[in-house]
Amino acid sequence: MKAIVTVMLKPGVLDPQGRAIGHALETLGFDGIGDVRAGKIIELELAETDAGKAKAAAEAMADKLLANTVIESYRVEVV
Amino acid sequence: MSLRAGIVLFPGTNRERDMAIALAKVSGGREPVMIWHKETSLPPLDLIVLPGGFSHGDYLRCGAMAAQSPVMRAVRDFAEAGGHVLGVCNGFQILTEAGMLPGALLRNAGLRFLGQDHSMRVEQTDSIYTSGYAQGQIIRVVLAHGDGNYFADTATLDRLEGEGQVAFRYASPSGEVSDATNPNGSQRGIAGIISANRRVLGLMPHPEDYVDPLMGGEDGLPMFAGIVQGLAA
Repeated sequence: MKAIVTVMLKPGVLDPQGRAIGHALETLGFDGIGDVRAGKIIELELAETDAGKAKAAAEAMADKLLANTVIESYRVEVV
Repeated sequence: MSLRAGIVLFPGTNRERDMAIALAKVSGGREPVMIWHKETSLPPLDLIVLPGGFSHGDYLRCGAMAAQSPVMRAVRDFAEAGGHVLGVCNGFQILTEAGMLPGALLRNAGLRFLGQDHSMRVEQTDSIYTSGYAQGQIIRVVLAHGDGNYFADTATLDRLEGEGQVAFRYASPSGEVSDATNPNGSQRGIAGIISANRRVLGLMPHPEDYVDPLMGGEDGLPMFAGIVQGLAA
């Protein structure tokens, strides 16, 4: 199965990249843009066939490597 | 005086020669040993250095992959046994990713890679790395980083301040510390922090870049002289 891990900077951690994207969008004429946050998505192909176990495995991977929980939070979705 | 220093090399490390020059200069010409990141054991050493560079291409997060390298288990054991570890630039990022120092290094607030001189203020002097400086001394160092924005939560920052673990802060040449003297958005202008036992130091600027008048300065030399004085038998 596939696990999709979404990693985002935690609220309160400055995201200069997101801010730069927001400024660029305003420069392009898009109105009404509030806070912009940029993160990353990591797709994992897993041999595991049990959704619960696949999710637990992906969460362990996120805790160990994919996210730095000092500054980032993550969400795992199994599809 | 002879210092047994080891420098760890990861794929993408590129500042190991500068570090070796600085260490050899204060150690009677004795060259540090270079240690490849796949090593699982270390020779007898007084000091381990994680030098600057772009380990593993800075993929995922700066230092994230290197922190999981086989050698880091040995480096962690070395530190836990009371060994001295110095991490500069990418080495600082690796130490935080490995959980050996608190906090994390984020993208510079201005998003630009900084390659420039800067001043920093010495905030504490009770370690081998800082004993060669005076409290509050302003030294000139070189910045060469895109991700040097030090972050930790408020409780951690307060603890670091309270325990005297803030080693260096970005400053003006006259010693002021303010938002205007902060090149990368680091919390409280922090340029380097030291472990509670004063043996593991991480800093973003490069003290090894100023150890000879021919390099343009010698403000980094007291750090390396202090290391030798503190460690060499």
